Amino acid sequence: MTYSLRVSRKCRGDTGPIDTTQLHTQALTKKPVFVCHFHGVLPLTHMECQEEKPIIYTMENKPIVTCAGDQSVFTSLYTSLAQQLPREPMEWRRTYGRAPKMIHLEANFVQFKEELLPKEGNKALLTFPFLHIYWTDCCDTEVYKGSVKEDMMRWQNSLRAHGSADWVIVVVETNDNKKKNKTNILPRSSIVDKIRSDFCNKQNDRCVVLSDPLKDSSRSQESWNSLLLKLRTLLLMSFTKNLGRFEDDMRTLREKRTQPGWSFCEYFMVQEELAFVFEMLQQFEDALVQYDELDALFTQYVLNFGAGDAANWLGSFCAPVRSWSGLLLRRPIDMEKRDGIQRGEASLLDLRSYLFSRQCTLLIFLQRPWEVTQRALELLHNCVQELRLLEVTVLEGALDCWVFLSCLEVLHRIEGCCDQAQLAANCSHTVGLWAYATDKLKSLGEHCGLVSEKGPTSEDLNRTVDLLAGLGDERPETVNSLQSPYKKLKEALSSMEAFERHYLELSHAAMEMYRAIGRLRSARLVGKSLAEFYMRKGDPERAETFLQEALKSYVSEGWSLPVTHTRRQIAECQKLLARTDDYLQTSALLAGDVNLTMEERKHFCQEILTFADKSGDPSHKVTLGMGVFTQLTRLQFCPATASVHSGAVLQVELTLRCLMPVSVRIQQLAASIHFDLERGGTNGRSKVAQRQTNPGTVEFLQADSTEAPPFSVAGPPLELDEIQDRSPSDNSLNSAGVVCKNTHLVMRRHDSNSPLDTVNCVSPPAVAIKEGGQMLKVQDVTLQPGNNNIIFTAPSGQPGTYTLRQLYATVGRVQFVLPHIYPSVQYEVYSQEPQLTVEPSSEPLLAGLPQRVKFTLLTGHYAVKKGDALQLSNTDTMPILPSTSCTACISNPAAELVGESVLSIQSSEKVTSISLPPTPPYHTLEFQLEVLCVIPPGTDRSTNERLTNGEVRHRPRSYSHPDTPMTAIDQRMSIDCPWSIYSTLLALTFYIPFKTKHSLLSAGNRKYIQVCVQNVSDVNFTLAEVKLTEKQHALLELQSLNTKTQQLLCSKHSVFCLWEVRWKDDLPSCLQCVFSADFSPFNQDISTFKPFYYQFQLERVTTLYSVRAKILPPAGEQYCRSGLLCGLEVCMTRLTEPAEGEIAEDSKTDTDSLKTTKLMYEVADSSSNWAVCGKSSGMVLMPVAARATHKVQIEVMPLFAGHLPFPKIKVLKYMPHTAAVAIQPDPDSCVENDSLSLLDKTLDDQTDTASIRSRGSVHSVGSGDQQQKGVAMPRLEPFSPGQVFNHSNMQQVLVLPSTDDHIMEVNAT
Amino acid sequence: MNYTSRANNYPLYIRSVPTQNELKFHYTVHTSLDVVEEKISAVGKSLGDQRELYLGLLYPTEDYKVYGYVTNSKVKFVIVVDSSNTSLRDNEIRSMFRKLHNSFTDVMCNPFHNPGDQIQSKAFDGIVSGMMVQTG
Repeated sequence: MTYSLRVSRKCRGDTGPIDTTQLHTQALTKKPVFVCHFHGVLPLTHMECQEEKPIIYTMENKPIVTCAGDQSVFTSLYTSLAQQLPREPMEWRRTYGRAPKMIHLEANFVQFKEELLPKEGNKALLTFPFLHIYWTDCCDTEVYKGSVKEDMMRWQNSLRAHGSADWVIVVVETNDNKKKNKTNILPRSSIVDKIRSDFCNKQNDRCVVLSDPLKDSSRSQESWNSLLLKLRTLLLMSFTKNLGRFEDDMRTLREKRTQPGWSFCEYFMVQEELAFVFEMLQQFEDALVQYDELDALFTQYVLNFGAGDAANWLGSFCAPVRSWSGLLLRRPIDMEKRDGIQRGEASLLDLRSYLFSRQCTLLIFLQRPWEVTQRALELLHNCVQELRLLEVTVLEGALDCWVFLSCLEVLHRIEGCCDQAQLAANCSHTVGLWAYATDKLKSLGEHCGLVSEKGPTSEDLNRTVDLLAGLGDERPETVNSLQSPYKKLKEALSSMEAFERHYLELSHAAMEMYRAIGRLRSARLVGKSLAEFYMRKGDPERAETFLQEALKSYVSEGWSLPVTHTRRQIAECQKLLARTDDYLQTSALLAGDVNLTMEERKHFCQEILTFADKSGDPSHKVTLGMGVFTQLTRLQFCPATASVHSGAVLQVELTLRCLMPVSVRIQQLAASIHFDLERGGTNGRSKVAQRQTNPGTVEFLQADSTEAPPFSVAGPPLELDEIQDRSPSDNSLNSAGVVCKNTHLVMRRHDSNSPLDTVNCVSPPAVAIKEGGQMLKVQDVTLQPGNNNIIFTAPSGQPGTYTLRQLYATVGRVQFVLPHIYPSVQYEVYSQEPQLTVEPSSEPLLAGLPQRVKFTLLTGHYAVKKGDALQLSNTDTMPILPSTSCTACISNPAAELVGESVLSIQSSEKVTSISLPPTPPYHTLEFQLEVLCVIPPGTDRSTNERLTNGEVRHRPRSYSHPDTPMTAIDQRMSIDCPWSIYSTLLALTFYIPFKTKHSLLSAGNRKYIQVCVQNVSDVNFTLAEVKLTEKQHALLELQSLNTKTQQLLCSKHSVFCLWEVRWKDDLPSCLQCVFSADFSPFNQDISTFKPFYYQFQLERVTTLYSVRAKILPPAGEQYCRSGLLCGLEVCMTRLTEPAEGEIAEDSKTDTDSLKTTKLMYEVADSSSNWAVCGKSSGMVLMPVAARATHKVQIEVMPLFAGHLPFPKIKVLKYMPHTAAVAIQPDPDSCVENDSLSLLDKTLDDQTDTASIRSRGSVHSVGSGDQQQKGVAMPRLEPFSPGQVFNHSNMQQVLVLPSTDDHIMEVNAT
Repeated sequence: MNYTSRANNYPLYIRSVPTQNELKFHYTVHTSLDVVEEKISAVGKSLGDQRELYLGLLYPTEDYKVYGYVTNSKVKFVIVVDSSNTSLRDNEIRSMFRKLHNSFTDVMCNPFHNPGDQIQSKAFDGIVSGMMVQTG
């Protein structure tokens, strides 16, 4: 038998102990004990209290303490006792290692009755009296002995009978009592001692004395404290002991769970009892643990059921669900459900609901409302799963109802105990419930036909009615509240409008919350769900907004499957909205989407094609982005330089990857071109600096929409550059770093502006089609799926830079546009001026022989017309040789021969005219002409003189070339071209193959002229008709001593020719000679011989002096001997009469009396054969007359024996300083002066007497003014070769060795 | 049932069994990134670098349980398991993630793998398939 303690708040007496009559001991059989705290501590309960009527079960439960003995004593002490007991906390040490707790103890003091004592096997804990107190103020032994003791004995016995050992006896002592019973006063202790000895044999602490409890004295206070302490201690001891026993029993029961017949519900009741007690003790944590354990236990059973291990008792939970009224969290204890559980009639939902409501209550006591929401979500999911697992039959939609109601109920409950700010800050905890509720409401709506356009059918209505029936009646707690979940659900299911309102409200609330906590993806998913709702309602416009937002997020994060799915939904919207452009764009994207099946792709592709073919308003054209349709992957120029001359053919090959599933016929594919005038210059070949490794090919990076986006992963490559910051003052380095040049690309935000977006652009890009410009066009192309190559012919009319800007593909009324080709693609068209070059057909060009030169005409932009001719100004030095057949070759820019024609060359006196064959622009015209460069005769000087003919004409200049020993001549040609008013000047360099030298040889008076022709070229020549002529003197005869008429002149060899000069009267002192020869390359026909002239002049030819030397052996000797002085007799003889010029030249001022001329002689032996003893040189005064002779004796000594050549004898003209006045001071004379002064010194050393006259002047020159040098200087002048003939030149004399010379020196070299 | 994502939330590898409901998985996993990011930022604030890579249950749904794991380089792994699959405990999920992570590291060590590309590795496939078979 258990008791139900029903104490309403009102009747809770605070004036005295609760009488058992007040306790309203209704013997409600098997009625559970309701425990509910109504503390007023938690705002939640307050609010609820104000809102709704106080709940009848609300009561405050406390551990029961019975009071026996003198009731009046207790009544007088009750108030202070009840107040003071909870004042001090007590430490409660727990069993099983649980942490000790500080606990404030309260108690319900009830009058002791024997019925209160629990019977054997009673599991009720709440009604369990934890402590029994016996009160007495007896101070009279007699009274004690008479009645009190007896009463105590009875009390003790009944306690003992029930096995209760938790008791205490309180003896209250007051002075009043003592005074009143003075006669019988025993020593105070005696009564207490008696009691102790009577009852507490070994437990002295079970008897407590309370002194003067109603007085305010320290003694009274002290005794109060000790009493309270004792009471608390005993209470706790009792708790520990009794709860421990209970727990043990409970565990035992739990261990029996495998036995048949064990019932979870029974066990549930037992463990809940424990939870109640903990709750009563305000140990909510412990209470919660009990429920959690029950929860876990149940869950485990369900799981075991799933694993095939079904417990019998679970059968009741597998019954079909008949009620889905949702959680009820407003009551502390849902008695209906508890009853159901106790009776074993509860459904799974009932049990779960009840369990959760208890957990919720405790969690809210614990101030953990957010855990409630979290657990709620888990619970709801779990319940759905469990029902599925247990295969419980549930009406379709019933669970949705249950979940929906439960979500809202939890949210309401939480809203009830939190203020708005708290809620807002913690929506991350509640949003899950909101979303779940939204979800469930949506599926309910679909289930009940509330989301369709037409409205619910009768079937739908039937379903609705069934669902509503399962809700039952509204709970009394919420009947009066306007916004209960129950009402909401009923309303929402009542009509489409109401449903929409509720659904939108929930959706928006969920989305707002998701956004607020930054869960954008979740928000978008809710949005998508909302969009689906709108679509069903036939409102695609609103739907699209949400879908677009979701799509953006999927696209930016590269989730291809959701992208495809969402895009398909968008396509549906757009089709319904008749937004053709957008729809076609989306269709194009979908047609190229590999996530779709081929059929779907074909469908979308067909959508585009159908539209394109529709013969509607032709002005209505749709422009779509190219990227969705086909991708430009490669572009190739042919020629690869991407640079052609104007008018030339330039082909551009585009590689397009068509994304469509079927082949598409394109009416026109065009690329617009931006033309930039002449940026590349006229011949900008070099401007085409191709960045690509593959010349002429541009690869386009593709942001592949179907795969993972490569752009966002790798990003564009960094373009880094080094930067250095230098201080402006001293240029020292302040800092150095690396700067990224393309930050605008690298740093761009991925979610909004990524290049991917442009590819997958949701709406068609605003493409500005720039018409009007030049276009690359191809008509009627069929693009196959995959790569297609399309060849364009690029316009190349005007010279300049052409940039490919946009690409268009026109399919009927649809135009696909690639708005910007990147990287930019350019080609150049240049215009070239005609260019004429002349170059030797073989190097080197040899002068004097016919040579072929090649004329090359690059026509450039000029087209050579019929009748155009080149006018070459003829020159004497380089005539153009007429040739019989001269063929011109015409070749195209690719250097292929395209034509040949014979040139007609007409020569007039001044001009050679070459008629050119018609040649198209940018072709090359080549022909060869034979020219002959006349070798200029003679030395430079003579040619210069010869050409001074007054004509303004270029004179070929000959010079020695550093690379070749040949002398080079630059020949210039002046050509008048038809395309220019100016003459073209061209230069050719010819080389003279010969070097010619001449020399005069003498033999006494006889004269010979030798000409040496050296072949310096690499060619062998034949030399013929060698001739020497003198031009001025007719009487002069040049007798050739050359025997051969033809001579081979090999490369790098020389030919010498000799002539003797014979004259009749007088030998002219100056001879003008011309050497002429015919030459031709070796082994060539006689006709090819070309003349070669060499002109030279010989002066002072006549022999003036003859010198004879004689070596005279020493006296008495027949031969000279080495080491012995012998005489050298030099005899100088004047041979000729003075000529006119000679006198004037040599001795003009020296004709004082007699015509003399001063000669200087010098004996020098360079080969050290001779030692000149005494003076070796001297001055001779020679009369200017024939036969005048002067002899000089010089002593010389041969140094060796043998045939020694004579020492050299030099004869020089001596020009005294006075004579120098007339002489022009030219630099050559200075040089000679120097040599003279040197010579003078040697003369000095040898104490020459004859030169004394000049010495002073020599010295004065050395120390004198430099300016007078030319004037005052005497000088020596050599005679021209041939003027002095030395008879003894190369003569030898036999020198015998000295007699006593025994040493023979042998030199072997 | 299984999925790998990377720092920028681009999917690197998605695999699901059964395949007929793949789209729903994709949506679920994509949405779960919200929670992953939330958890990363919450953890980042409190603890320094000693971060637990396993994020635990991201959120339950009626049908699935979604678990998360984030490497130090913010590569995200998400495993979605059917709610009815009760045999998988936290520890098993944790070890699955660790296996995935190891295998992923191997993939990244492949010099021919371009980081950021979708994972196309037989070894990785094998590991994932193995786990899927194991979980049923």
